[in-house]
Amino acid sequence: MIKLTCRAAGRVLCPGLRCFSGGEVTEHASGWIQSPHLTEQASLYVHWPYCLRRCSYCNFNKYIPKKNNDHIMTKCLQWETDTLLQLSQVSCITSVFFGGGTPSLTHPSTIAAILETLSKRVSLSDEAEITLEVNPTPAGMSKLDDFVRAGVNRFSIGVQSLQDEDLKSLGRDHSSQEALKTIEEARRLCPGRVSVDIMFGRPKQTVESWEKELSELLRICDDHVSLYQLTLERGTQLFKQVQCGEVTVPAEDVTAEMYQCARKTLQQHGFLQYEVSNFARHNSVSHHNVSYWRGKQYIGVGPGAHGRFVPLGEGGVFREARTQTLEPDVWIREVQQRGHGTRRRIQLSHLELLQEVLVMGMRKTRGISHKHWELFSPEMGLCEIFGASMDVQELVQSGQLILDDRGLCCSWDGLALLDSILPTLLVELERQILQKPHRDHSVFTDGQTKKTSNPQ
Amino acid sequence: MSLSLAKRCCEAPLTRRVLQFKMFRRRIQSCNLSYTVWRHRWMKKLPVVTSSSRRMSSHQDKDTVDLSKFPVDRIRNFCIIAHIDHGKSTLADRLLEITGAIAKTEKNKQVLDKLQVERERGITVKAQTASLFYSHQGEQHLLNLIDTPGHVDFSYEVSRSISACQGVLLIIDANQGIQAQTVANFYLAFEAQLTIIPVVNKIDLKNADPERVESQIEKVFDIPREECIRISAKLGTNVEKVLQAVVERIPPPVASTEDPFKALVFDSNFDHYRGVVANIAVFGGRVRKGDKIVSAHLGKTYEVNELGLLRPDEHPTQKLFAGQVGYIIAGMKDVKEAQIGDTLYLQEQPVEALPGFKPAKAMVFAGMYPMDQSEYPGLRSAIERLTLNDSSVTVQRDSSLALGAGWRLGFLGLLHMEVFNQRLEQEYNASVIVTAPTVPYKAVLSSAKLIKEHGSEEITIVNPAQFPERSVVSEYLEPMVLGTILAPDNYTGKIMSLCLNRRAVQKNMVYIDDQRVMMKYLFPLNEIVVDFYDLLKSLSSGYASFDYENAGYQAADLIKMDILLNGRPVEELTTVVHRQRAYSTGKAMCERLKDSIPRQMFEIAVQAAIGSKVIARETIKAYRKNVLAKCYGGDITRKMKLLKKQAEGKKKMRRIGNVEVPKDAFISVLKRKEK
Repeated sequence: MIKLTCRAAGRVLCPGLRCFSGGEVTEHASGWIQSPHLTEQASLYVHWPYCLRRCSYCNFNKYIPKKNNDHIMTKCLQWETDTLLQLSQVSCITSVFFGGGTPSLTHPSTIAAILETLSKRVSLSDEAEITLEVNPTPAGMSKLDDFVRAGVNRFSIGVQSLQDEDLKSLGRDHSSQEALKTIEEARRLCPGRVSVDIMFGRPKQTVESWEKELSELLRICDDHVSLYQLTLERGTQLFKQVQCGEVTVPAEDVTAEMYQCARKTLQQHGFLQYEVSNFARHNSVSHHNVSYWRGKQYIGVGPGAHGRFVPLGEGGVFREARTQTLEPDVWIREVQQRGHGTRRRIQLSHLELLQEVLVMGMRKTRGISHKHWELFSPEMGLCEIFGASMDVQELVQSGQLILDDRGLCCSWDGLALLDSILPTLLVELERQILQKPHRDHSVFTDGQTKKTSNPQ
Repeated sequence: MSLSLAKRCCEAPLTRRVLQFKMFRRRIQSCNLSYTVWRHRWMKKLPVVTSSSRRMSSHQDKDTVDLSKFPVDRIRNFCIIAHIDHGKSTLADRLLEITGAIAKTEKNKQVLDKLQVERERGITVKAQTASLFYSHQGEQHLLNLIDTPGHVDFSYEVSRSISACQGVLLIIDANQGIQAQTVANFYLAFEAQLTIIPVVNKIDLKNADPERVESQIEKVFDIPREECIRISAKLGTNVEKVLQAVVERIPPPVASTEDPFKALVFDSNFDHYRGVVANIAVFGGRVRKGDKIVSAHLGKTYEVNELGLLRPDEHPTQKLFAGQVGYIIAGMKDVKEAQIGDTLYLQEQPVEALPGFKPAKAMVFAGMYPMDQSEYPGLRSAIERLTLNDSSVTVQRDSSLALGAGWRLGFLGLLHMEVFNQRLEQEYNASVIVTAPTVPYKAVLSSAKLIKEHGSEEITIVNPAQFPERSVVSEYLEPMVLGTILAPDNYTGKIMSLCLNRRAVQKNMVYIDDQRVMMKYLFPLNEIVVDFYDLLKSLSSGYASFDYENAGYQAADLIKMDILLNGRPVEELTTVVHRQRAYSTGKAMCERLKDSIPRQMFEIAVQAAIGSKVIARETIKAYRKNVLAKCYGGDITRKMKLLKKQAEGKKKMRRIGNVEVPKDAFISVLKRKEK
C-alpha cells in the first residue's frame, strides 16, 4: 500500500520537478517509479576477467593472470553476488550468464559455488537458463560435463571462424577441428541449448568464402547462431595493423553483402532472426540476452560488470546504471572491504530509461510492442510519441520502419541501418517526453499541495 | 597598401611604372599628388627658418631633455624600410644602443617589435617610434626613428610613417639582394620624394655579395653604388656611418616654431588607463601641457594632459616643438577621435587642416565565427579590443545558417589577415573559424530602377548573396593587383606557368643581375588570396619573393555558382567565381563536401551548378549497413552515449531537403585550407 502511494506521488511530482528545473532531468532523478513487476526479478551476469592470451580484435575487460587466484576470485564473486542481490531485493533470478574473459577457464566448482549462493538468497527455478561462454579448446571441452553438473544448462561457444589460418591471425587459442569437437560434446550434453558465435568481415574474407564457411557451420551447429561483424576497436592489435596498412578488412559494401547473405541463408535453414546478430531455430532464443533487449533488470557481478536495477534494499526507487571496478585486483580488494566493487552508480531519469528501452528494443526483429512500451511509459504511447513526427514518417514511408497496431519495429532492410534510424527516434522521444511536463503543470501544484498538507 | 601614397597614383602611373621603370625618376615628378607635393614643400622649405629658431631655447623647461635646444636644423626624421628579415629591426636595436636610448645588452633583440606575433614571425606590424640623441661634429642632434612594418599589407603604416619623415634607410640583405618588398617599399619612399640611403646589411655572412647587391641597386633603383653603406647590424659594423649619413644626407624638416601650432596625427594607440595615445609630427609652432587643442576632423577640443618623446618608451616632456615627433595624450576616449591623418591645432589659433590620409580600404574579406555560439560574446570583445589598435580592419556583423552569428572582417591584405588571426588567438585566446578569404567585386548596374535603389551605378559586392543577376548588370568588375616577383632565373618557367594559371598578364620582366629576374604581373586579386604565395614559395624552393599593390578594377566574366545537395541549393556555399575557374572551384568544393558529409541512408548528390547547368558532381553513397554488431548488458552505456551524441548532433545539423549537414562540413568547405 505504501509502495503504491509512493508510486502515485512520484508520478505526479516528477514531471513537475522537471518542469521546475527547466528540463534538467538527470539531476533531479525524476525517474519513473517502476511497476513491481519490473523490480521483482532480474537476470544475473557474472564476469570472469581472465584469459590465457589476448585476441587481436578484442577490447573487452580481460586480464592475463599472473598467478592463480581462482580461489579468492570465486569467494569475491560469491560475496558480491550476495551483496547485490540483497541490495536489489529481487525475489527471482530469471537467468544467469557467465561471460568474460574466458569463463570456461574457471573450475566448475566456482560456477557451482556462485549458483549455490544465488539459490540461498533468491528463487532460481530449475528451468532458469544458465549459460556459460566456452572457448572451444580441448581443456575447455574436457570440463563441459562438470560444468553441466555444476548447474550450467546452455553453452555459448566462441567458434569465431572455421579457417585455421584466420583463427591464428586473430589470436585465438583453438583450431577449427577442436571447435567442431567442442560443439559436438556440448550438443551431447545440452541438446538444443548450444549457441555458436561466428565472425564475418575478417581480414581477407570474401563473400564466397563466407558463404562456404557458413554452410559448413550450419551442418554442425545446434539451434542458435550469433553472428557478429568484426568491429575494429581502438587500442586493439588489429586496429593498429589496419591503421598502418599491414592488414586490410573487407570494405563496407562487402560486409553489408555478407550480412544480408547470411541472414538469407540462415532463414533458409529454419533459423529465425530475432535480433540484429542472433538467430534461433525451434524457438531456442537466448532468454538471458532477450531480457536485456526487453529492458529488464539485470545485476552485474565481477570486475567491470554492468548492471541495471533499482536498489530497493537501500530505499532506492529509481533504476540505476551500475558499473563494477575494472581491474580484478582492485575489485577484489573492494569486495573484501565493502562486500561489493561498485565503482559508478548513475540514477537513470525517466527519459534515460525510456531511451535505453527504445535503443535495446529496436534491436529485436519484433521491435517494441505497445504493451511492452506501456510497461515503462504508461503515460505516453508509441503512437503518441512517434506518430506525428515528420522524420519518423519519412522512415516509415521509405520502408525502414514499421509503426502499426503491433508496435514499432524495423523492417528487414531497416534493421541493417538501425544506427542511422535511432538518432531520429531519440530526438523525437526526448522532444515528446520533455514537452509533456508543460501540459502537466497544474498537476505539479497539486502534487506540491498534497505533499505539504499531508505530512503524515 | 590600400591607403599608401603610391596607391594614390592609381592605375595610370602604375602601368607606366611597370613599362618604363628605368625611367621613373623623371616621370614620377609629374604625377605627384597634391599632398605629396605639399609634404615636399614642408621638407625643403626650411633652412631659412632654422637660424632664427635656434635662439629660441627657453630656460624655463625643467625636463631632463630640453627640447628647445633642438632647433629644426638639428632634427632628422627618418624610417627604415626593408624586405622581411633583411635586418631592419636589428639595425634599429643597434641605433638605439649607440645613441644610448637603450642599454647595450645581449637581450636587445627587436626592441621595437612589441607584439608576440612580430617577434615570432620576425615582422613588424605596428610602427614604433624612437627619438635618439646623437652628437655629430660636436652638435647634439635629435634623430627620430620611425620603425615601419616590412610588408606592403601594412604599407598604410609605412606611408603614415613616411609622412612624418624626410628620409629612409633602405635595407637590403647582402646575401639575398633586392626582394619584392624592397621594390615596393622603395617606390613608397621614392614617390614621397624622400632621401633614400641604401644600406647593404649582413656583410658578415659567408655568402654575402655586397658588390652584386650594389649593382642591383644601381640597376633597379638608379642609385649610384657609391651611396650604399655596407654594414653588419648584427655585429655593429659601420652602423656609426649610418647615423652620420642620416645627419648629413637627410634634410631637416621644414617647420617653424614661430608658426601657429600644427601637428599631424600619424599613428594612435589605445591605453586602457590613459585613453588614446596619439603619435604626432609637429609641423609648426609648439605645444605644451595644459594647452587646449582642437581636432580638425571632429572639431572637438581637448586639453593636453601629457606629451613627450618616445625613446622608444614614453618620455614625458613639457613641450614639443616644430619639426619634432612625439606622443600626446589629451583625454581622447576612443581611437576614432584620434583619426590617423587628422590635424591638431591650438584652440585660439585655428589653421588650415593638413591634407590627411584616405582611410585604408579593405581588400580581403573573411568571415569569422566562434567555434561555439556560447563563445560569441568573448570573441566579440576580443575583436573590439584588437580593432581599437588597428582601425584598418573593417568589422561587419554577419550570420550564417550553418555557422551562426559572426562577423565579416575586411583586411588590407593576406598577411594582415593572418596577423590579425594570430593576435586574436595569442593575445585573446580566442578560437575562431575563419572562412576562406574573398575579395570585393563590383557590378555596374544597367537597370535604372536598381541604380535608383542603390543610389549609384556601381555597387560593391562583398557577400555572394547580394550578387546581382547578369540581366540587370552591364558589367562585373574584379579588383586587380600588380604583383612583383623576384626569383633566380632557373625558376622563371615554373613561375610563369603558375601566373598564367592564375589568369595573370605579364607586364614586364627584367634581369636585375645575371641570375635574378624581376617579373611584374597584373593579377586578379582573387587569384592570389588563397594559396598563391605558398605555391610560389614551394615551386621556387623558397627563393622567390612576392609582393603586390592594388591596381584598380577590371571587367571580368563573373558568375554565381551554387552548390546543390540532392538538387537543393545550399545558401551559405554560394560563391562568386570567374567563369574560367568555375569548374575547378566547383569540383574542389564538391570533393570537400563529399569527404565531410557523413553517409546517410540514401544516396546524396553533391553538385556545383551555374544557373541550371551542373558543372561538377560527387556522390555520397548510401549506407548499406550501419548497426552495432554486439549490444548486450555491458555495451549499453557506451552505445547510449554514442547515440545521444549523434542525436544531439542531429539537432544542430543543417537540413538541406532531406540531407543533414553537420557544421564541420561547412567549416571544411568554407575554412581556409591548412598550410
